[in-house]
This record gives sequence, C-alpha cells and structure tokens, in this order.
Amino acid sequence: MKPWVRVLVLGCMLLLVSRLAFAIDSEPPFTDPVLEHRYEHLLQEIRCLQCMDENIANSDAPLAADFRRQIHAMVGEGESDAQIKRYMVQRYGDFVLYKPPLQANTWFLWGGPFLLLLVALVVVTLVIRRRSRLADQEQSSR
Amino acid sequence: MHRRLVFILPILVLIALIGFFWRGLYLNPTLVTSPLIGKPVPDFSLPRLHDPQQAFNQSRLKGQVSLVNVWATWCVACREEQRTLLHFSKQNIVPIYGLDYKDDRQSALRWLTERGNPYTAIAFDATGNVAINWGVYGAPETFLIDQHGIIRYKYIGPITTEVIQRELLPRIRALRREGT
Repeated sequence: MKPWVRVLVLGCMLLLVSRLAFAIDSEPPFTDPVLEHRYEHLLQEIRCLQCMDENIANSDAPLAADFRRQIHAMVGEGESDAQIKRYMVQRYGDFVLYKPPLQANTWFLWGGPFLLLLVALVVVTLVIRRRSRLADQEQSSR
Repeated sequence: MHRRLVFILPILVLIALIGFFWRGLYLNPTLVTSPLIGKPVPDFSLPRLHDPQQAFNQSRLKGQVSLVNVWATWCVACREEQRTLLHFSKQNIVPIYGLDYKDDRQSALRWLTERGNPYTAIAFDATGNVAINWGVYGAPETFLIDQHGIIRYKYIGPITTEVIQRELLPRIRALRREGT
C-alpha cells in the first residue's frame, strides 16, 4: 500500500471508532419514536459544562454521559421538555442551556444585532440624503 | 456638530468594546456560578464510603457550619488538595464532609489509608446522580453549608491554604457570628 493510502485507511478507521464511542451509553433507545425524538432534541440543547463549547449530544465527556442518563430517565418518567430544562437550570444556571433564554439580562444579546442594524440603516440613510442634496446643489449651481 | 459626532461616535463605540473585551480577559468561563447558593442542600441519601450499610443524608448537614468537598481518586487536582484539607482538618475548625464522586470504593479506601483521611464522614456517590442534583460538574468542588443546611458558598477547583485564608475562614467566621 502507498503511504497516503495507509493514512487514509487509518483515518477512516479512527472516524469509525469515534462514532462508536458516542454510542456506548447503556440506556436503550426509546421504543416510542416521539420520546426518542424529544430525547435527541434535548441533548442538542443542553451544554456539557465540562467541555463548555459542546452540547451533550456530541460530547464524550463523562459528565455529558451522566447528563444524558439523567435526561433519559426524566423523559422516561414523563417529564416535559420545560420541566427537564428547568431542572438543569435550577442546578447549573442558564449557561447549561445551549441557546440562552430571552429574559431581562439577555435582551441585549438577542436585540443587539437588530439594534446595530437599525443604527447602520439610519447612518446610511443620512449619508445618502446628504450626498444627493450635495449633488443637487452642484447641478443647480452649474 | 453633525460632523464632529461622526468622528466621536466610533471612538465611543471602540472604547465601550475595549471595556467589554478587557473585562472578558479576566473572566474565567470554566467557573459557573451555582444557582444553588442561598438554597437548602438538595435532599439525598447515599451509602457511607466506609460502611455501605449506613446512610448519609442532608440531615447530617444541619446544626453546624460545615464543608462538603467533592473529590475522587481519579481526580488529579484532588491529590494536592487532599494535603491541604488534611492540614485544615487537624485545626478542628469545621467538619469536612466528603462526597466521593464516581469513584471505585476500593481505590478510595486505599487512598485514604495511604494518604490520610481529612473527612468527618464520606458519602459515596457511585453513579454521580447526587452530584448532578448538587450542580457538580467536576472535581474538586467545595460547598460551604451553614447551620440551617443552606448552601452559602461554593469554591470550584482545588482548595489551597490561600483559598482557606481568603475565601473560607472569613465566611465561616461570619456564619458563626450570624448563628449566635
């Protein structure tokens, strides 16, 4: 085998193994597809606090596995998505949610981009108006 | 006036941004403030590390100011911390309770025999479920509990002599004054 082929094969094998590593949770998947879908969706929305910038669906940290087990149990017990998120927030704070909630201390985070867009629009309008006014003056003075 | 604003505004925005970034430089994103501070310790019941037949629950954490230290033998930072805790426990200022987090019982017992045991009693949380209920996301973490079983402070990371002097002792004294 050529060296680059070897590297490629090794890379593919590593990829395969890494996919398997995420599948070693001991909980069986829900038989009810609705529950399974809710469970999968919740995993996307909860942050792994050990690894910070990963949600618990994608993290192989031990804490993420514990979080998954906890959420799996709660989904199985019939708790709603809101209840499960509240449980996590009460213990770990808002930061545990991957998507920050819209509330008093996050309005600037959510509204900031729109505010900046508004400012930019006002500035652009002012500039264009002035330019066209100048252009008009130039024409009339000619 | 108009023209001057065009020059001053970007500079003001820049100064505000520098302010944000400057503050951001000194924030540690791995420290998450616990929302449990000011709340009673969560209810739990765990077997004792040394005697699995005996239970350790939240009622043990009422009646006096105490520390609850989350540790494990797999936690590298806990090794250094353990020496400090051992020294601190000998001063008999507050009881230090241990929460042995996702550990192996035999290794934990061996560790304590070899290195010494700073803990008044140790709860053994094999699954980490109780730790989740306490908002634990790593080891070591240390909770300061008041006389009424309310979490008053949490320190994330290994306890050092400096942390004891600067963070723990003043708070312990304040809680004692509050309690009498």
